[in-house]
Amino acid sequence: MARALGLANLLDHQVGGRRNLIINGAMQVAQRGTSSTDTSYQTVDRFHNLASTDGTITQSQTAISSGDPYNEGFRNVYRHTVTTASSSPASSHFLGVRYNFEAQDMAQSGWQYTSTSSSVTLSFWAKSNVAGTYVAGLRTNDSTPQNYTFKYTLTADTWKKVTHTFIGDSNITINNDTGVGLLLDIWLYLGGDYTTSGHTHDAWTTYSSSSQASDFAQNWMTTASATFDITGVQLELGETATPFEHRSYGEELALCQRYYEIVGMTVTTAGQFDNAVSYAVTKRATPTLSVFSGSLGTASVLAMPNNSVGQIRQQTNASNPSDVAIQANAEL
Amino acid sequence: MEVTNAKYINAATTDKIVAIHATVDGKETFVPLDPANTDYAEIMRQVEAGELTIEPADEPPTEGA
Repeated sequence: MARALGLANLLDHQVGGRRNLIINGAMQVAQRGTSSTDTSYQTVDRFHNLASTDGTITQSQTAISSGDPYNEGFRNVYRHTVTTASSSPASSHFLGVRYNFEAQDMAQSGWQYTSTSSSVTLSFWAKSNVAGTYVAGLRTNDSTPQNYTFKYTLTADTWKKVTHTFIGDSNITINNDTGVGLLLDIWLYLGGDYTTSGHTHDAWTTYSSSSQASDFAQNWMTTASATFDITGVQLELGETATPFEHRSYGEELALCQRYYEIVGMTVTTAGQFDNAVSYAVTKRATPTLSVFSGSLGTASVLAMPNNSVGQIRQQTNASNPSDVAIQANAEL
Repeated sequence: MEVTNAKYINAATTDKIVAIHATVDGKETFVPLDPANTDYAEIMRQVEAGELTIEPADEPPTEGA
């Protein structure tokens, strides 16, 4: 019996194949930078924030050197910090961490998302210096969006391994395409415009912007120097939160580069020409191009023939011959 | 996403529109005409909502005399 259990454990935890549907769940990769007061995609790859506040929030990839996640092999967290507290709390304020799953990855994951007998399980480490009850959940994007949120409680300055299992639902639609198929939201705060006291948690309901969760008792955004750390995010098939599937930095980087990559090009003093560069990883879609560092020559433009090649199309002589780093963004 | 100064750009020597040149959140950006690109989708949403106008592309350079 013990041997059978050991084999089952081995199959589940060590050789069960790729389990984590999240890319960069250990917050290893941060191609764009490590700290920013801007919103959206700014630091750790694949994760971004959504914020509305009259204060200032800093998002960062922050190294950790101790604690329960550290003991499980994590070295970085996705941190949010209240740099300037909101002085006038408003019902329209919110702050959340979001991860967008590519639809085809979910459609082909093996989750029978329309069946109540099929499940996925979310797990992540969370810590804040503001104790309270927080909310996280999943939302679908195709057809009529469905929303499922659950509550969990944090003790101040104490790591918690949050886990929750989501069963399927007949109202869920996930297309087999390259768009957004599923969203993971970890809410640090939702103002009253987005909450209702009687919101139904722990069940799929038709998404409503004005009722995404029950009311928040604490207001993280009005707390000076408040912090909120997340790492070890995993979504996997089944009803059990298995140990985090650690992947190498190189493997995670390559997975991230399907959505964002920085490539180097050279602007010269020559006349009109095209300078093409192949991306390390073919992008999810034809990417948006912009300068990450350096500068383009006068009248130069960036072109994107397809999702595997980027290009500087120099129309006239460049005024600033230099190497330039281009960011190719095909994020969801 | 704040989009300003949006303008179509064409290929170097043809009148084929290849991208939208715009300032997105304060940054000079080149957005492909790909519906799967989320920036393009957002720009088109703003255009349809009457919140944004995209200027036409310049005439391509004339070849020869």
